[in-house]
Amino acid sequence: MKIEVLGSGCAKCMQLYGNVNKALALAGKEAEVVKVQDIPSIMKYGVMSTPALVIDGKVKFSGKLASPEEIRGLL
Amino acid sequence: MFSFLEIFADLIVVHWLGLSIETHLGGALHFFIYDTLKIFILLSVIIFAVAIIRSWFPPERTKRILSHEREYVGNVMAALLGVVTPFCSCSAVPLFIGFVESGVPLGVTFSFLISSPMVNEVALILLWGMFGWKIALIYVGTGLLVAIVAGIVIGRLKMERYVQDYVWEIKVGDSEIAEQSWPERFAYARDYTSGLLKKIWPYVVIGIGIGAFIHGYVPQDFLVKWAGRDNPFAVPLAVALGVPLYANAAGVIPIVQALTAKGMAIGTVLAFMMAVTALSLPEAVILSNVLKKPLLATFFGVVAVAIVMVGYLFNIIL
Repeated sequence: MKIEVLGSGCAKCMQLYGNVNKALALAGKEAEVVKVQDIPSIMKYGVMSTPALVIDGKVKFSGKLASPEEIRGLL
Repeated sequence: MFSFLEIFADLIVVHWLGLSIETHLGGALHFFIYDTLKIFILLSVIIFAVAIIRSWFPPERTKRILSHEREYVGNVMAALLGVVTPFCSCSAVPLFIGFVESGVPLGVTFSFLISSPMVNEVALILLWGMFGWKIALIYVGTGLLVAIVAGIVIGRLKMERYVQDYVWEIKVGDSEIAEQSWPERFAYARDYTSGLLKKIWPYVVIGIGIGAFIHGYVPQDFLVKWAGRDNPFAVPLAVALGVPLYANAAGVIPIVQALTAKGMAIGTVLAFMMAVTALSLPEAVILSNVLKKPLLATFFGVVAVAIVMVGYLFNIIL
C-alpha cells in the first residue's frame, strides 16, 4: 500500500503526515508513506485544497486534517 | 435577542462588583462582558451553520461550475461561490492553478479570489454583532460588488501573460470527490468550528478588550477631526493601514466599533474592514508563486481603488 500526503509544507500537512503514521500503528499495518510537496505533482491529482490524502493513487479527501481514527477507517 | 446577556453583565458589574455603568471602569467592564459573550455565541452558531453549507461546495465542484461561465455571469457566480466555498490563503496556489487550467477566465478567477476572503463569516458575524445587521448586509453587498467589478476590470486588461509560465504547463488531473454523508458533514463542521474558534479567540478577546477601554476612557468625538467624514484622507489611509493587519481581522472589528463611537465615519470603517480582509501581505507572498509582479500589483491596485471608492460612497450617503 502506498500513502501520499499532499500539501506544500503547511502546518496542517505536517500534522496529517503524523496522523497517517499513527493510524498505521493503530491498525497494525505497514505502508509506504510519502509527502508530496511540489505543486505540479499535487495538481496531477486534481486536488485544490490541501492537505489531501491519496491511497494507492486514489484521492480519499482534500482540504481537511483527518484524525488518526478517521484515517484508519480508510486504510 | 441578547437581552439576557445585558442582564447578566448588569448582574456582574453592578450587583457583584458594585460599580456604576456610568463610571469609566464600570462602562468598560460591562461592554467587555456583554460583547465577548454575544460575539462568541454568534461565532459558534454561525460558523457551524456556514461549515455545514460549505460541505456542499468543495473547491473542485466550484471549479467545475465556473469553467462553463464567461465574463459578467461568471464574475457574479464566482463572487457568490467565493462566499460558500471553503478557502484558506494557504491553498491559494493549487486553487488558482486548478481554476485557470480548467478554463475559468482570469478575471472570473480573481472575482473568486477577492470575494472568498473578504465576504467571510467571521467578519460578517462581528459586523452584525457590533454594528447591527444593516451594516453587515451593506458589507456583504458592496464586498460582492467590489469582487465582481474588480474581476471584470482585471479580465479586461488581458494580463494572461503575467501568470507565471509554469502554471500553463501543469496538467491538472480529474478527481472524484465523494459525496459526504450527514455524519461526515457534522463532523467536518464541528472540527472546522472548534479549529477556527481556537485560532481566533485571543484576537477577539483582545480586540473587545481594547474596544472596551476606548469606550470607557477615550473622550467622545475624539476622532471626528481625524477619521470623520470631512477628512478626505481618512479613507485611503484606513485602506493602507488595513493591509498589514490580516491575521487580526477578528480582533480589528471590536476596536473599529469603539472608534466609530468616537467619531470615525462609517464609510471609512467599511473600507478599512475590506482592506483588512481582502488585501493581505501573506496572501500577496503566496500569490507571487503564480502571478508575475505586474499582475499582482494590478490586482492589489484595482481592489484598493474599488475599496476606497466604497469608503467615499458610504461616507457621503450614510
